[in-house]
Amino acid sequence: MGMNMTEKILARSSGKSVCRPGEIVEANVDVVMLHDVGTPGIQNPLKELGIEELPPSVDVVIIPDHFSPAPTVKGAENLKLTREFARKHRIKNYYELGRGGICHQVMAEKGHIKPGHVIVGPDSHTTTYGAFGAFATGLGVTDTAIALGIGRLWFRVPLTIRVLLRGKMPAAVSAKDLSLFLLKKFSGYEVLNKAMELCGEVIERMSVDGRMCLCDMAAEMGAKNCIIPPDGITLDYLRARVKEPLSPVSSDKDAVYEETFEFDISKLEPQVACPHTPFNVKKAKEMEGTRIDQAFLGSCTNGRMEDLRIAARLLKNEQVHPDVRLIITPASQEIYLQAMQEGLIEIFVKAGGAITAPTCGICFGGHSGLLAPGEVCISSSNRNYMGRMGSPKAEIYLASPATVAVSAVEGKITDPAYRMEKGGIR
Amino acid sequence: MKLRGRVWKYGDEIDTDGIYPGKYLVSFDPAEAGQHAMEGIEPDFHNKISKGDILVVGNNFGSGSAREQAALALKYAGVGAVIAESFARTFYRNAINIGLPVIEMKGVQNRIAEKDEIEVDLDAGKIRNLTQGKEFSFPSIDAFIMELLNMGGAIPYYKNRMKR
Repeated sequence: MGMNMTEKILARSSGKSVCRPGEIVEANVDVVMLHDVGTPGIQNPLKELGIEELPPSVDVVIIPDHFSPAPTVKGAENLKLTREFARKHRIKNYYELGRGGICHQVMAEKGHIKPGHVIVGPDSHTTTYGAFGAFATGLGVTDTAIALGIGRLWFRVPLTIRVLLRGKMPAAVSAKDLSLFLLKKFSGYEVLNKAMELCGEVIERMSVDGRMCLCDMAAEMGAKNCIIPPDGITLDYLRARVKEPLSPVSSDKDAVYEETFEFDISKLEPQVACPHTPFNVKKAKEMEGTRIDQAFLGSCTNGRMEDLRIAARLLKNEQVHPDVRLIITPASQEIYLQAMQEGLIEIFVKAGGAITAPTCGICFGGHSGLLAPGEVCISSSNRNYMGRMGSPKAEIYLASPATVAVSAVEGKITDPAYRMEKGGIR
Repeated sequence: MKLRGRVWKYGDEIDTDGIYPGKYLVSFDPAEAGQHAMEGIEPDFHNKISKGDILVVGNNFGSGSAREQAALALKYAGVGAVIAESFARTFYRNAINIGLPVIEMKGVQNRIAEKDEIEVDLDAGKIRNLTQGKEFSFPSIDAFIMELLNMGGAIPYYKNRMKR
């Protein structure tokens, strides 16, 4: 009986030849990612553990992104603490404001994700790194401090759900629509606390940006981790960024899965998640006409080049509706610069969009674009929980960058399919 | 380990933004966290709860963010344990790690009513509903998890491990 990718990585990292679902293993952690919420949070647990020096076996990457740029003095204090922690422990992979961006994007861009590695961080969207064939999952600060301070941590080997995606994605849909579609399919908790392995021709043809979006939103499905078998697309991306040799892991032919779900997505239409849970997914068409006050394009889910490009094509020579604010957050400085070089930023500004620094601020309701009671936002981010982006009396609809862009122009939720087909986009 | 308390009930999909809103993520102070427990759902929660009260909740409790303050807030507001149809995994880990007992039991929502007085025996895997005079079992907690809970959480466990 063979093992799947997740099992293989957990077995290797815990010094075993085989491990099976349900078993508790203690794995060596290869990389710990920290941000400005996690770094202050791990201070007490590290102190309680009596850790003064960090073990050299763990690569540490620190990327302040939540309360950055600091919206309050308390936020500034946490950023200062984070910076001082990086200096004290001589962390060379510290990405200051202006040189980094949203942690999950920066981790990929700067070559800190390697196939087969165990990567953890005090952030639920750490699952994103599975897009490159790593075992990656989010943890609280106590677990993170243990992983960082000791270099090892316990994991229960999860059951794995295999998701086989067939067909050809229609022009008007993107990885985000596919994420929302899977949320709908798995709203009965089919992947809760489990590993999710994504494969099939849709994945094989998908860009790194799209794969990251899918693994990112596995967090909303409740998955422990999401993993995609590394292929030529993965290796091309990584070779430009990682110096060390790569050792990708693949699932055995006779690997065991709890269940395999197969979906043909050739007829998938743009989707939206309605308030107040990401599981509440409907076709964008069904929600057409819902008035919006704010449109947000950004976050670790959808602030990448592919997302900005599609939005720019739809916003070119258009104007954001007079009753709507459009906020755009490139996911990193690298993306910001590239978007500028490609002329996308000019398109956004001319359309009446406001650009922010790369930050998590808007998505988690920290700063830079909170909602008032009664306001409605369409957002390319990942969560529409009550109160997520400000007032508990506000409403958030999650959608793809294309749906966000077209809705911003129309002033109401709009299925982008018609415009995209008419405009010959893609 | 035995716990006894009065029950407060909540439904499915109670997320971490409801348990501990994002704007308070700048703080890790346990007492302050307790003041904001469940604020996104019920701003007055910390006033209504008495020490040792038990939450009986639905599916995917604690979904969303990895923020440990969600578990911390409940513990320091006085919550003695959370019994759920199912938990989101980071919340479950975080709760165990800080020594807040969490129990997964299918069908629990139908067996306990709001304000019932219950007694939970973690080792025996039994819940006694003192108000209704009924007793029922829940799936036994993994020995490793029980060891973490008995030691007071993950920090004492790993500290002890480092000594060996």
